[in-house]
Amino acid sequence: MSNAVERTDVLVIGSGFGGAITAYHLAAGGAKVTVLERGPWLQSEEFEHDYKLGSSYTRAFDFTVGDGMSILGGNCVGGGSVVYFAAMPRAPRFVFDRHGSIGRRMWPSSVSRDTLEPWYDRVEESLSIEKQDWSDVSYAGGLWAAACNHSGRTANPLPAAVDNTKCVNCNFMMAGCRFEAKQSLLLNYLPAALAHGAEIRPLHEVQHITRTSDGDYQVHFNVVHDEDYRLQAGSGVIEAKIVVIAAGAGATPVILQRSEAHLGTMPHAVGRYFSGNGERLNTAIIDEEKAAALLGLDRGDGLAYAANAIGKGPTVANWDRLDGSLPEYHRYSLEQLYFPPGLGTILAQVPDATGPTWFGAEKKEILKNWPSWLTIFTMIEDDNEGVFGPPPATGNAHRISQQMLGRGNLRYDPTRNTQAAWDMSDAEVKEILEKDGLAKVMPWTNDLVGAYTVHPLASCRMGDDPHTSALDDRNELRGHPGIFVTDGSSVPGALTVNPAMTISALAERAVPGIVAAAQAKGINVSYGAPAPDGSRSGRKNVLPLLTGLTNR
Amino acid sequence: MTLEAYADTIIPGQKRSAEDRAIAGVTTGGGAVEAGALELLRWDATGIHDGLDDLADLANTHAEAYAAELGLDLDEDVPPFVALDYGHRVALIQRLTTPGHPEKDFWVMLSLFCNMAFDSAAHLHTAEAIADGHPGLVAMGLPHPGADGLVRFKEFGYGRELARLHPDTTPSGSPA
Ligand SMILES: Cc1cc2nc3c(=O)[nH]c(=O)nc-3n(C[C@H](O)[C@H](O)[C@H](O)COP(=O)(O)OP(=O)(O)OC[C@H]3O[C@@H](n4cnc5c(N)ncnc54)[C@H](O)[C@@H]3O)c2cc1C
Repeated sequence: MSNAVERTDVLVIGSGFGGAITAYHLAAGGAKVTVLERGPWLQSEEFEHDYKLGSSYTRAFDFTVGDGMSILGGNCVGGGSVVYFAAMPRAPRFVFDRHGSIGRRMWPSSVSRDTLEPWYDRVEESLSIEKQDWSDVSYAGGLWAAACNHSGRTANPLPAAVDNTKCVNCNFMMAGCRFEAKQSLLLNYLPAALAHGAEIRPLHEVQHITRTSDGDYQVHFNVVHDEDYRLQAGSGVIEAKIVVIAAGAGATPVILQRSEAHLGTMPHAVGRYFSGNGERLNTAIIDEEKAAALLGLDRGDGLAYAANAIGKGPTVANWDRLDGSLPEYHRYSLEQLYFPPGLGTILAQVPDATGPTWFGAEKKEILKNWPSWLTIFTMIEDDNEGVFGPPPATGNAHRISQQMLGRGNLRYDPTRNTQAAWDMSDAEVKEILEKDGLAKVMPWTNDLVGAYTVHPLASCRMGDDPHTSALDDRNELRGHPGIFVTDGSSVPGALTVNPAMTISALAERAVPGIVAAAQAKGINVSYGAPAPDGSRSGRKNVLPLLTGLTNR
Repeated sequence: MTLEAYADTIIPGQKRSAEDRAIAGVTTGGGAVEAGALELLRWDATGIHDGLDDLADLANTHAEAYAAELGLDLDEDVPPFVALDYGHRVALIQRLTTPGHPEKDFWVMLSLFCNMAFDSAAHLHTAEAIADGHPGLVAMGLPHPGADGLVRFKEFGYGRELARLHPDTTPSGSPA
């Protein structure tokens, strides 16, 4: 049967940022690239404005409940880019100097804001990321800006990968953007990878990896039923010289854990040091009259706000605490966000409740005020305290529902540092929004599904110290040459801002090293592709950096 | 009936008739039950559909133990959980969903779907549910989609500067 095993040069696991970016460059450089993606391949016209189970709203998602932490991520070709909100800020300078729980620099010494800047530029060009103007800001973002201003703070429209000429402000971007306004990977890196011959196989869930006698790898997958993801429709194996794992920080370490019996001991940091990017949500219920009187807001029809439904995810953030002179765990950002019903409303708590806070009669009352809700997303510096337990039978979770819901083995007990940082940011949100009675605010409860993250990071991180990092500073898995990890799991820790920009820049930065490793294994591939649309200015600045990234 | 009483505790509604026992009747307007919690729970897409009878039995066992502990007399005409008044139903669900309770995962999941029936009508197409006056979606004021089932807003923002920018912002709009 061994003759029946398929072969490819480079096998990429997952088609989110880390997977799509590497797949494109390697295919463009001439390698035969195969991408295995657990989720379905949805077309723009399949992105529905519908909360029914089985619509794109649940088909494209994976929600894994852990012990103390739940992860919401993408589950489709394009990964998190299909469901994300497209806020794409660069990480502040101090982040790269963080020490976190290990007491010394977490990031490899070769990575800093300065050294990453050219790679950020490449991503900015490739995903058409643009600085938003005040005229692009949604009512919710405007309200948050005005509230920040009212309390003596600054506020910034976020850079975003959204084409505002196409955006209809439907706020359904989490179900996939029907109007192709959101620049998901389905519109750039992935079509460009396909054009260079890459093959993408949806509904292929990788289970584990084995090694061949000549040092190549075999990747073992199950085929997933296209409607009921609990069912399997076959399995198979593909052999590759190079494997790029980019299944997301909630799944990559699980694949490696399950492979340990075949590949040999994994670095200590595989499945450890997980960070939820320090996320937390607060729900404010705005007093409409106060919003008019205190902030002078007016939608032109007598309404001050009542616009929770309108917009495009986060548009404005407060960055006053992104101050490198503050001590670690005291720095965070406060970002306006839209969160739709169904996936989290249950976690919103009633301010000043006399009964239960997340359910019951008083909860029903605040749901009736839903148009006047304003959601604030805080991103603090956490302590990388997440640890993955033994892997489940398949995938990264025991699947419960037909789609979306599963139970995973991530355990997260917030340390005092994390808790104190959350408390500090909650208090500031309260101070800003409850000033002069503008709103009533409560953080989401962690009691039901633990903390909740859409930004999983660091479960297989890069670094200089082999004990606390699973990857070297070129994203290669220690002790397992030819396996690279390029997704959010490689990011060493919380970023205090949305992470996709940094994940993407690191993936861009990893490509020259992967190309060199592929060449060393006899693959005829070169580095130097332009941006997916052919633009070349980003490439100019990274070409001089290659020597440092390809030398071992 | 037990599951209705559970759903009604998560998002309470108005009694369907004077004899209604499952719905405690502590609020006006439809709650989770009228929103379709039972339809959603019984749909196999949720993955908890075939454990519902067990959950109902378990809820009743807990209700009996709870009543015994508090010395409450339960009306035997209805299941024990249904016999609890709203305040006691709340207290019991709080216990069952508290971190550390061995069955917490099940009760949280049950609560999650009861809530979803109200806040997103996850068993119905959203546009139809809104058109049909779904109690949750209508109460929450979810936007009406157009004839093509898609939501669009022409007016979306105040269109003016509402705060000073952070002084350390790069020209491309990131933190410096
Ligand atoms: C609702 C939401 C909003 C967000 N908004 C923002 C935002 O505005 N800005 C921002 O910066 N970030 C945002 N994010 C986060 C962002 O989407 C992630 O940080 C990013 O997608 C992570 O990239 P990745 O490459 O690590 O993994 P992903 O993009 O998650 O890609 C991993 C892929 O691997 C697949 N996969 C998993 N397991 C397997 C397997 N065993 N076999 C094969 N394939 C597998 C998954 O289906 C997925 O497609 C948001 C996320 C969500 C969920």
